[in-house]
Amino acid sequence: MVSTDHLITTMPRPNVLILRAPGTNCDQETAFAFEQAGGATEVLHINRLLENPRLFELFQILCIPGGFSYGDDVAAGRILANQIQHHLAECLAEFRGAGKLILGICNGFQVLMKSGVLPDHNAENTPPATLTWNDSGKFEDRWVRLDVRDGKCVFLHGVESMYLPVAHAEGKFVTRDKQVLADLEATGQLVLRYLPQCTGREKTPADCGWRGAGDNSHDNKFPSSMAAYPDNPNGSMADVAGICDTTGRVLGLMPHPERHINPTQHPRWTRGEAAEVGDGLAVFVNAVAYFA
Amino acid sequence: MLWEVDIYPAEGQPDLIARQVADSAADMGLGGDLSVSSARGYLVQGDLDRQQVTRIADELLADRVVERTVVAEVGDAALDEPPGVSGGCEHLVHVVPKPGVMDPVAQSALAAIADFDIEAEAVRTLKKYWIGPLSEDRLELLCSKILANDAVEQVIVGPLEFTHLEVGSPYTFQPVTVAIREMDDAALERLALEGQLFLSLIEMQTIRSQFEALGRDPTDVELETIAQTWSEHCSHKTLAGRICYEAPDGQRQFDNMLKETIFAATMKIRQAAGDDDWCVSVFEDNAGVIRFDENDTLVFKVETHNHPSALEPYGGANTGIGGVIRDPMGTGMGAKPICCTDIFCFAPPDTTFDELPPGVLHPRRVMQGVVAGVRDYGNRMGIPTVNGALYFDLRYLGNPLVYCGNVGLIPREMSFKEPQPGDLIVGIGGRTGRDGIHGATFSSAELTSQSETLSGGAVQIGNAITEKMVLDVLMVARDRGLYNAVTDCGAGGFSSAVGEMGENIGAEVHLENIPLKYEGLSYTEIWISEAQERMTLSVPGEKWDALRGLCDSEGVEATVIGRFVPTGRLVLKYDGHQVADLAMDFLHGGRPPVVRNAVYTPPQLPTLSPPEKDCAGHTDSLLKILGSLNVCSKEWVIRQYDHEVQGGSAIKPLVGVTNDGPGDAAVLRPVLDSRRGIVMSCGMNPRYGDLDTYHMAASAIDEAVRNCVAVGADPSRIAILDNFCWGTTDRPETLGSLVRAALACHDVATVLGTPFISGKDSLNNEFRPEGADEAISIPPSLLISAIGQVDDVARCVTMDLKEPDNLLYLVGLTHNELGGSHYALVEGLSGGAVPKVDAELAKKTFTTLHRAIDAGLVRSCHDLSEGGLAVAAAEMAFAGGLGAEIRLGDVPYPVDRDGRAEQEMSAAALLFSESNSRFLVEVQEDKAAAFQNLLEREPFSFIGKAVDANQLEIFGADGLPVVQCDLETLKEAWRKPLRW
Repeated sequence: MVSTDHLITTMPRPNVLILRAPGTNCDQETAFAFEQAGGATEVLHINRLLENPRLFELFQILCIPGGFSYGDDVAAGRILANQIQHHLAECLAEFRGAGKLILGICNGFQVLMKSGVLPDHNAENTPPATLTWNDSGKFEDRWVRLDVRDGKCVFLHGVESMYLPVAHAEGKFVTRDKQVLADLEATGQLVLRYLPQCTGREKTPADCGWRGAGDNSHDNKFPSSMAAYPDNPNGSMADVAGICDTTGRVLGLMPHPERHINPTQHPRWTRGEAAEVGDGLAVFVNAVAYFA
Repeated sequence: MLWEVDIYPAEGQPDLIARQVADSAADMGLGGDLSVSSARGYLVQGDLDRQQVTRIADELLADRVVERTVVAEVGDAALDEPPGVSGGCEHLVHVVPKPGVMDPVAQSALAAIADFDIEAEAVRTLKKYWIGPLSEDRLELLCSKILANDAVEQVIVGPLEFTHLEVGSPYTFQPVTVAIREMDDAALERLALEGQLFLSLIEMQTIRSQFEALGRDPTDVELETIAQTWSEHCSHKTLAGRICYEAPDGQRQFDNMLKETIFAATMKIRQAAGDDDWCVSVFEDNAGVIRFDENDTLVFKVETHNHPSALEPYGGANTGIGGVIRDPMGTGMGAKPICCTDIFCFAPPDTTFDELPPGVLHPRRVMQGVVAGVRDYGNRMGIPTVNGALYFDLRYLGNPLVYCGNVGLIPREMSFKEPQPGDLIVGIGGRTGRDGIHGATFSSAELTSQSETLSGGAVQIGNAITEKMVLDVLMVARDRGLYNAVTDCGAGGFSSAVGEMGENIGAEVHLENIPLKYEGLSYTEIWISEAQERMTLSVPGEKWDALRGLCDSEGVEATVIGRFVPTGRLVLKYDGHQVADLAMDFLHGGRPPVVRNAVYTPPQLPTLSPPEKDCAGHTDSLLKILGSLNVCSKEWVIRQYDHEVQGGSAIKPLVGVTNDGPGDAAVLRPVLDSRRGIVMSCGMNPRYGDLDTYHMAASAIDEAVRNCVAVGADPSRIAILDNFCWGTTDRPETLGSLVRAALACHDVATVLGTPFISGKDSLNNEFRPEGADEAISIPPSLLISAIGQVDDVARCVTMDLKEPDNLLYLVGLTHNELGGSHYALVEGLSGGAVPKVDAELAKKTFTTLHRAIDAGLVRSCHDLSEGGLAVAAAEMAFAGGLGAEIRLGDVPYPVDRDGRAEQEMSAAALLFSESNSRFLVEVQEDKAAAFQNLLEREPFSFIGKAVDANQLEIFGADGLPVVQCDLETLKEAWRKPLRW
């Protein structure tokens, strides 16, 4: 295992709630990633929280992991999102208000989007954005290079770029209109963007000859897509792979950081391309370190 | 009231479903100018007002950012308004699941509607299409071939006519007995066929005598229970039966063919291993069990789901994978599933529609449906699908093969189970419906164009989330010690599960307690239903409350359905009426032995002489092999499977510089804080079976094992599984070809020290087209699945070339073995020598090569299989993005005492021969000496180099190039055929 001794040192262990529902299936490895980063994790079924919403108070970090909550029946993440909206909205608002962290990975991102937690909830009648069917019309598992917009997001502090796998059928980020996209860009919330990979071995966006998110010289106001399929694996507007809320304490992303915390998870580690620590571990380390 | 919610893509959003339909229609030649619009929709029944339905539509059913809705009561003209401006000759087509067919989305929607405090009675999904311009007869073709499958869906052209959803009607108890005692043989045979019991006359006669002795007639449910227990699917009566085998090299009499061949090999290996025996439980439980590390054992099972997949590819494959996942879950005290493997056999997808016999689905549709079925179940269960293969042959047209396998991990001390007398029989998971009735007996029948109508009930759709919920509670219940035994409800449903678990005790079941999906099931239907996602537990009375509490807490239904009572009898009751009372002894031991004849006559095969070719000719052969369906890239399939969930992925199915080269085997770490890995691979080659099934089986084992070894698995810790899919073994020559394959399994496995730990057979894989006298049999199809182990995944290697100037070694001997090869396939040649296995040599080679890999001397390694050396070299080169130079003059081949070649070795043979036990290995120059020293006693030689160039060059014995091609061309030929 990768040694994480250097990460833990003397910091207190924040409590991480890994929320599972029928069909959640990345809870174990996500808990493992948080543990490696020094968190104290508890995997809880949604029914426990519905019975006792005050359980939220025991935790500093909430993570909704990947999977197919309720089978993704109707639409990905929709049913769990509705349960949260109907029964847990208040507790969740308190949780956010208390300066705590929320992370949604893949299905968890879909849940955050469909429950209105991301982008920041607004009172308008139509949701501002969604995650819908991939342009390819099917589930795909492939590795993507991500550009990280430096700035407010707690989870991405100090991270320039990440190489992670995506595995989803409904990950295409779409906003209601171009203005919503421009607003999210202006507030710095479009924090993760798919990068054109060229060969997939580039370490930074500059290696791909691209200047990074928010720097679309031809159209500053409306960010546009620079990566074609399969680099942008689902046809997301402006290559968006993940967004945060206006506080930077809530992050949702389609790629799976918990699937790249260890060098042998890298698809080309036999070619000597993997670092000692997988790119995704930083997301968990940053979250834990926030409570140091 | 019946409301309809139609959901269309919003303006400017793509209509993905319509696009797929239009593409498929163009493929079928129904015209490329077809205009298609689609909607998905819901029928919601209940006392609801428009405001409520609109709220459900907006907040639950549709995504308002990208979709728009039409909400109206069924019958309202608003629902018949075509979307958009496209008017003219438009057809409106509705597709809805048939009543009783599993509709998971509707189930979830119903529960989610209740979460709004809105009460709906029933929900059903629908698909809606607007299509034009198209003639009526072509529309009918489109409906039946593309839009719907008659086995599970109904098509309504024009507005919906019904105003109420079928939800079942009450059942009134009516006992049925079958007057078997007065039947003559003809009547018995008729009963076996028309009652879908699929038993032989002698078996029917045995049942008749049994009930004559008892002085009564059987009830229908008794007869069904016997038929299921005695079915080929459940009892393997042919292969585990008496066989008289005749071959040119002598005659052999088997009392139990499987026991004397395949099990015998395992017994010998276990005995030889003594205290180091690492098999834990073989051919006993629902899956084979072997040791993994000091804490855990591994369980592995592969099943087939061929006939259901022929009728309804999506549902068949879906429930195939769902079913095999329940095998490890039902092994020992219940294993955690950790990976899946899936191998399919189809007719070529470019088969024309004119070639399709009636009742047969197009292979492209079968393939798309099967892949989607496996994808949707495996991905939802959160189990990585890491290994697979596809084989194509026109003989799979009416009878495709779908092999699904699953590996589980279980704590060592929980590898066994023991139901106790007095335990409660508890059913958990899905409810029981009419789905899957007669699945076990149906799988023993030949498919015909009528199968769809006769056995529609055998076709099911799965609900993966129900099974995932069962798995979640099962693991907790296991660790809390809440039950004494568990088994899955597979073929035969509760009948098999309770019958097997209570075999040595006795059981009493109260059928009215079994929860139903809908009213109206008879007691017999309840008992024999093969509805999915159900498990049976043997629970001590004092643990029941805790188990029920656990299940309740996660929304899993658990019900006491009876008790294991020490009577030695199976007693079934319905509302106090006794409907069955059978002696367990008769049920499990009363079947008359099947005695069969088997004959093997070697076919007369012409010698194969490859045509003279120049460099361009050989290069062209190589490109044709790379572009052949069995060899070409399967990326389209692989990427649809989540192969990384659970976080243990170490060697992915696709490898290389752009993550798309063909890996030999997948490796994963099932325990996240351990470096120990498992290695998954398979071997199969139906083409060799046409020449000789002995060598086909031997080659399949060699291939499965060498794939494992190629990535670094320890050859002394590889276990294998056999899955025989064959034609009708009533024919002595067909059974003979199977026995011959089983003999090879024994011989090769014993020498390699590779035990069989589980297996399954599926016979009668034949399809009889309408009006035809003769059925089309599949080729002999033996799948060997291998599971290997590595101490540390970080010592594994992949097949992509790594650095220029590294040396390339060919390990193993090349024989002139082009018989059944892909070279013969693409060049249209027949006959020739089929590849054989020198098992002693193979064992040595595997052991030594493993030592070299484990010592870190190997940069890349690829096994030589279909297409031989040339294909392996090409794949390594384009996967690594590096050129290679190979010298055929240095390829090791067998020589006589004078050093002369034993066989004539043409350039074609050296390039494309598919001789077994061979590897192409890349070694860094500074490790070459150590590598050579280690391999000193093996046949191997230095045959070339990786080069910093964009080209594969292979030179003949005379030093002149015989293959020259740039990497893009090679890779494109390989990627193109199935890049859908």
